[in-house]
Amino acid sequence: MGDFFTVSVLVATLASGIRLATPFLLAGLGETIGQRSGVLNLGVEGVMLLGAFTAYYVTLETDSPTLGILAAIMVGLMMGLVYAFITLVMQAEQGISGIGIYLFGLGFTDLLFQKNVGTPIPISGLGDIHIPLLSDIPKIGEIFFQHSLPVYVAFALVPVVWFMINKTTFGLNIRAVGETPEAADTLGVSVNGTRLITILIANTMACLAGAALALEVGIFQQNLTAGQGFIAIALVYFGAWRSYGVMLGALLFGIVQATVLQWKTLGIVEGATASLTAMAPALLTIVVLVIVSRRVAAPSALTRPFDRSG
Amino acid sequence: MRADVGSIRSSALVRPFVALAVPLAAVAVAFTIGAIMLLALGANPITGYAALLDGAFGGWNELADTAIKSAPLLLVGVGICIAFRAGVINIGGEGQIIVGAIFSTVVALALPELPRVFLVPLVLIGGAIGGGIWGAIPGALKAYAGVNEILSTIMMNIIAAQFLSFLLQDLLTDKASGAIKIQQTERLSENADLPLLPGDTRLHLGVVIAVLVAVLGYVLLFRSALGVRLRAVGHNANASRYAGMPVKRSIVQALAFSGACAGIAGAVLVFGSESHRLIAEGGASGFTQSAGFNGIVAALFGSLHPLATIPASFFFGGMLTGGIALQQELQVPAALIVALNGIVVLFVVSSLKLRSRLTAWAESPGTGFTQVETDHDPTVPRTEDSLLASTARPPGSSAPSAPHEGDA
Amino acid sequence: MKASKTRAIASAAAAFALVTSACGSDDAADEPAAEPPAETEAAADEPAAEPAAEPMKIGIVAPSAENDLAWSQSMFDSVNRVGEGRDIEVAISGGLFVVEDAAAALRGYAEDGFDLVIAHGTQFGGPLQEIADDFPEVAFALGTSTDFFGKDNIFAYSVDAGQGGYVNGVMAAQLTASNVIGVVGPVPAGDAKLYIDGFVAGAEAQNPDAEVNVNYIDSFGDVQLASEAAKAHVANGADVLTGTAQMVVGATGVAAEEGIPWFGTQSNQTDLGADIVVSSQVYHWEIVLEQMLDKITAGTLGGEAFVISFENMGLEMEYNDGFGLDASVRASADATVAGISEGTIEVPAGE
Repeated sequence: MGDFFTVSVLVATLASGIRLATPFLLAGLGETIGQRSGVLNLGVEGVMLLGAFTAYYVTLETDSPTLGILAAIMVGLMMGLVYAFITLVMQAEQGISGIGIYLFGLGFTDLLFQKNVGTPIPISGLGDIHIPLLSDIPKIGEIFFQHSLPVYVAFALVPVVWFMINKTTFGLNIRAVGETPEAADTLGVSVNGTRLITILIANTMACLAGAALALEVGIFQQNLTAGQGFIAIALVYFGAWRSYGVMLGALLFGIVQATVLQWKTLGIVEGATASLTAMAPALLTIVVLVIVSRRVAAPSALTRPFDRSG
Repeated sequence: MRADVGSIRSSALVRPFVALAVPLAAVAVAFTIGAIMLLALGANPITGYAALLDGAFGGWNELADTAIKSAPLLLVGVGICIAFRAGVINIGGEGQIIVGAIFSTVVALALPELPRVFLVPLVLIGGAIGGGIWGAIPGALKAYAGVNEILSTIMMNIIAAQFLSFLLQDLLTDKASGAIKIQQTERLSENADLPLLPGDTRLHLGVVIAVLVAVLGYVLLFRSALGVRLRAVGHNANASRYAGMPVKRSIVQALAFSGACAGIAGAVLVFGSESHRLIAEGGASGFTQSAGFNGIVAALFGSLHPLATIPASFFFGGMLTGGIALQQELQVPAALIVALNGIVVLFVVSSLKLRSRLTAWAESPGTGFTQVETDHDPTVPRTEDSLLASTARPPGSSAPSAPHEGDA
Repeated sequence: MKASKTRAIASAAAAFALVTSACGSDDAADEPAAEPPAETEAAADEPAAEPAAEPMKIGIVAPSAENDLAWSQSMFDSVNRVGEGRDIEVAISGGLFVVEDAAAALRGYAEDGFDLVIAHGTQFGGPLQEIADDFPEVAFALGTSTDFFGKDNIFAYSVDAGQGGYVNGVMAAQLTASNVIGVVGPVPAGDAKLYIDGFVAGAEAQNPDAEVNVNYIDSFGDVQLASEAAKAHVANGADVLTGTAQMVVGATGVAAEEGIPWFGTQSNQTDLGADIVVSSQVYHWEIVLEQMLDKITAGTLGGEAFVISFENMGLEMEYNDGFGLDASVRASADATVAGISEGTIEVPAGE
């Protein structure tokens, strides 16, 4: 265990934790915005996969990760429109439509990958960006300021999302629509219009999360996200629908994962016991939540379709 | 629902007709999209779908395979009906299946000599207990610690899968496999094999058990005091609490029952399978078949009614079974089947609201389809509210009256 | 059923075939399938009068995609190599990690009259025992497995993955300057464990001071976790990496990014990192497939176990010319291969 507490190992672990947290954070922030407005999307995993494949494939064909990200954003907007139609117009049961999107995303990306690419071909990702001056700070610099662009964007979005929800008119609309849509409607706020925008944002961010993942690992594979979308959804609840809460949850999960990896690498745990330690992130998330135990109410209109005639 | 004595001229058939026609139309549209995808892949949709239908329903063996595939879906689905109706969203089916399977496997490993007539029920009970515990934990966390069940059930899934992986690396592994270690148990006691049903197919008792559980679930939900309580809590937890009902206990019970159903599914998956062992090679979903998620879909297709979930599961099971035949026939990647299932789910679930609107329209006066309205049948869910809506609020908290100011 | 028709025609050849086709693994005379028209003994004896020899139908059921650059691809590539020298029809159902679905696919191919149905996944062994009984006229193959359950229509096949692991380990121990080597594995089971155990043994035999850190990430598919595991190794000073299973593409990405030499297995992984892949242990299942097909043609549908190894050319080290491997290291690798083949070097089996 002594090996773990050397500075260089701790630094590497924290940096790794931040990288692992990034996809959860991006997707989780988007889902938070959606849920604050009353829309649940259980299909985040499928949308992330679509974004990941799009970014991968476009980057592979054009050799430009930037184009890959842009393409992923477009796909995110498209999926947002699809989900908005399903949820707002057809008023489908939100939990189930989410599972449908998950299955579709999972199968469709695998299919496209096998047909158009076949054997995994690595792509060049986005390189790390060392923030001038800050990245030279010993230790701290390595942990925080030597990551790739999506990591910075993800963490920068945390205060941005907070500001948007709490300090802007649009944010007020989101919250109103999520708590008391009938009242908001009588006040002239377009409930479905607001939700359309939050759905677009949520899906775009989920696609970005997938794109970030694909560019980070530099490859695509069937089920690349391996459950991260569902974890992101869980973190929205962990974070009590607050962007800082989601960030803390993502960091908790990511850093614990990174710690377990280090322990295995250093041989601190091995064999079958190592499988037990892999439970740690999930277990700790529950334990922390129990300890903290603030009972924050969900947005009252969550999963409830708005029907003016109703 | 208005009573209109005006014109009793018609159809008691309207409602069931619409109830079936709309989702079937949705399935047809979904399959059309699937056909387009197949064409794009250079495959023939006609032969493909023919193979799918044949593989799912084309003969006694095929029907048996479909029924076998549907059994875990039905079991999980019944559990979902109970949970959702009590106002709890249970996404933990996968984990509950796993723990149920583990418990039932341990029973079989511990008592291999027990005669079949005792061992089979014991492993099923073991599965129910395992799954019940795994469901009760998130239930208790929600009721007594305010932990949202979507979070806890997702996490419990991860924990269960890791636990299975741990158990099958050493403790429960087949010692006889020699140098090549594999994550599976030995072939479990034959006395625990689910008996085959007469008829020379692979149909086994698990299917009967699933239907039995569905009937029991129906009785529990709609014909028992406990069920009334659970549904009341699901409809309005606050009102129930003021009325003196034990809300917290009900939540735990709901998730425990839900988990128990999934746990039985786990036992059926292990002891009804052709391998007769618990396998984790390549991941837990190698044996759960993602029934924990697919069961949710089946339950919602069945409008959260345990008896309606029976045909819904059979249909979904048919899609899954037929999908394999389609893949073999057309030699397209199996991923297409997964995508197609997703599309079917999307279209059917989108059509459900349309269906209720159509039914309401057809039954409104002036369309000639009116019928004398009897009392609203409690077994048919109200479709005005989202079925999941009432779960969003944690128990014991009052509805906020004004939007929160940011307090991050 | 095709098999019985062939059996009737080749009855005269059957005796000869039985005598000449030796039991799999020690037959050093077997040629790699890459040789033009695989002239095996049994085929040579098929009378030319055989009515327009129908192609043999081979069905493969695999737990992952056939182009995963790992387990499933190894079999698919091998079957295709067999097809270069033989008239065969191949059908594949990949991505069937749900065991019951794979069982359904196995039955499907058996019912459709396939000559050889390959269950390419150890976990399929359970259901296969029952399926084989239902189709006594169909030949099945199961891998990785040394056990054919006493059935006379199941061939078992396995791989001495530890051998190539050992060779890779020997090279790795010479290439490392920091004396820290990193391994990224899935779960300690199957051929993954065989490979890694062999690798560790080879590295330690070559250089007892080298520290080999093994990280089983507990997943076959989590690419990001594999990537972070590789980075964790690098952070600990590893300057040579290896690994196995599909998620390994995450680790190779890290190796490519950091310019760290990579040793591959299961199939040729040069495409994953043209500058950094040193060598790959490639599975040549066709060595044993050819033998199985011959036996089937001759009327034996199973009842034997095969292993691919260096001795029978079922395993081959393929080197990446783009890497620029030091000649002396290469020579030591070649010597190790020879030693293992001859039996002078023994690869310890892990615990």
